[in-house]
Amino acid sequence: MSESLVQARGLTKKFGDFTAVDAVDFDIQPGEAFGFLGPNGAGKTSTMKMITTVSPITEGKMTVFGLDPASQGREIRSRLGVVPQEDNLDLELTVAENLYIYGRYHDMKKPEIMPRIDELLEFAQLTERRESRVEPLSGGMKRRLTIARALINDPDLIILDEPTTGLDPQARHLLWDRLYRLKREGATLVITTHYMDEAEQLCDRLVVMDQGKIVAEGSPRDLITRYATKEVVELRFGEEVKDQAVLQMAGLAERSEVLADRVLLYTEDSEQTQDGLNQKGIHPEQVLVRRSTLEDVFLRLTGRGLID
Amino acid sequence: MTALSRSFRYAESEVMAYRRTWRGTVITSFVNPVLFLAALGFGLGQFIDGGSEANLSVPFVTFVASGLMAANAMQNGAGDGSFPVMAGLIWRKNFHGTITTPLGPADIIWGRLIWGVGRLGFTLIVFAVIAVVFDALEIGPALLAIPPAILTGIAFTSVITAWTLTQDDGRSLSTMFRFAIVPLFLFSGTFFPISELPEWLEPVAYLTPLFHGVELVRKIALPDADATIVTSLPMWVHFGYLLVMATAGIYLSVKLLDGRVRE
Repeated sequence: MSESLVQARGLTKKFGDFTAVDAVDFDIQPGEAFGFLGPNGAGKTSTMKMITTVSPITEGKMTVFGLDPASQGREIRSRLGVVPQEDNLDLELTVAENLYIYGRYHDMKKPEIMPRIDELLEFAQLTERRESRVEPLSGGMKRRLTIARALINDPDLIILDEPTTGLDPQARHLLWDRLYRLKREGATLVITTHYMDEAEQLCDRLVVMDQGKIVAEGSPRDLITRYATKEVVELRFGEEVKDQAVLQMAGLAERSEVLADRVLLYTEDSEQTQDGLNQKGIHPEQVLVRRSTLEDVFLRLTGRGLID
Repeated sequence: MTALSRSFRYAESEVMAYRRTWRGTVITSFVNPVLFLAALGFGLGQFIDGGSEANLSVPFVTFVASGLMAANAMQNGAGDGSFPVMAGLIWRKNFHGTITTPLGPADIIWGRLIWGVGRLGFTLIVFAVIAVVFDALEIGPALLAIPPAILTGIAFTSVITAWTLTQDDGRSLSTMFRFAIVPLFLFSGTFFPISELPEWLEPVAYLTPLFHGVELVRKIALPDADATIVTSLPMWVHFGYLLVMATAGIYLSVKLLDGRVRE
């Protein structure tokens, strides 16, 4: 057996006739932040549920910590920290009590749990809210508490399903900062997201998922180099001249994508591309030059955007 | 962890939550039963016991108090199996979180039952003591009648838990209370012997669970009860009915919860 914490081969999940996860292979190594990037419905959450042993595998093989999810689920779960997509905190309990009961579920004794609660509240920046009830907390605080709760048993693998969906930008950045800290401390993270910036910032390695399949794998940099160019020139045109302009653009960039509202030119040298536009007398209403992102990778691989 | 200690871990979280929510349960658990006892047992009882056609061999309040022990257990048990289960499954999704820890669906169901037994026990002791203080019941038999009353409550908790796990929203729960629990409360022999029911309805009452709960509790709480108060059915029939109901309910609850949370 290899040293992978999670090893999946031909992993498949079907719901009736619908195949949510379609024969995927991946390996998650200790100490890395591993991402599943894809739009809603790509099969990310179904994959997470199979790793956390709460969803039975339909076909294929998977081991978690070298154990079998079907027969050793309890043992696997005792070493996992799970942050679900939707908060499921106990609203009737206080912040500290939410941590306490999960410590008890993990067979910890009170003298072990209490100092751990202090640490985790500090980590989640909720020390002042220790005795307050969960209900009035903000969305960002609830998320941080959910993450703290997932850490109560000092897990070997932390699973975060869409950790920042629904949070405002400030709360997202605070959360990312906390996840960075976990990374620095050597934790193994598995993150699903449909935000390319999240994947770029947090993941050492990721797989791009679409319609149940893995369509690419690598580090964010890697994927961008492989599937996109260094820079992108984004052009906006008036409706009536757009088609004509697109025809004239041939040869100005390595590749182009014509979207409903704009045209993307993928190029290694944006200045040269812009000069070319001028020479051909193409004058867009708006020009934006930016570096390529995972969004472009996804567009290249699937012909669609990440967020519809 | 053994299965038993896992269930107790879950029950612990319920106890912790109850420390914050018990105020909301005071009315249904403690005040309402006593109001029923006062209004019907003492109030209405004055008329019945004094009338020339009084046909119970014990004071009416004694009759009602013994019946209310079972009916009270049913109401609390049904409450425990409905709204909190819907909350854990749909509204707050606590169950979905719990099963990502070493605990599983069976631990949740058993943990809830362990907690249910404790809460029913406490509720029934309070009621029994009040009934004794008001001279409606005798202390010894009243305390002996608590375990069968708890069994009645648990039979309802488990079956209603199973049913709730097949539902998707809270409206059906209120409907269930209106059309199942309230009629059972009124027509299962709590307030009058079922022999007073229209002839065609009497066999129906024999089939209903609260009737067996009321009969079992009454036969134990009132050891000298005669045919004016209880039927001649042996106690094991009532006990067997409730035990089968509880067992089936627990079995189905575990299956159904597993199906709902482990897709």
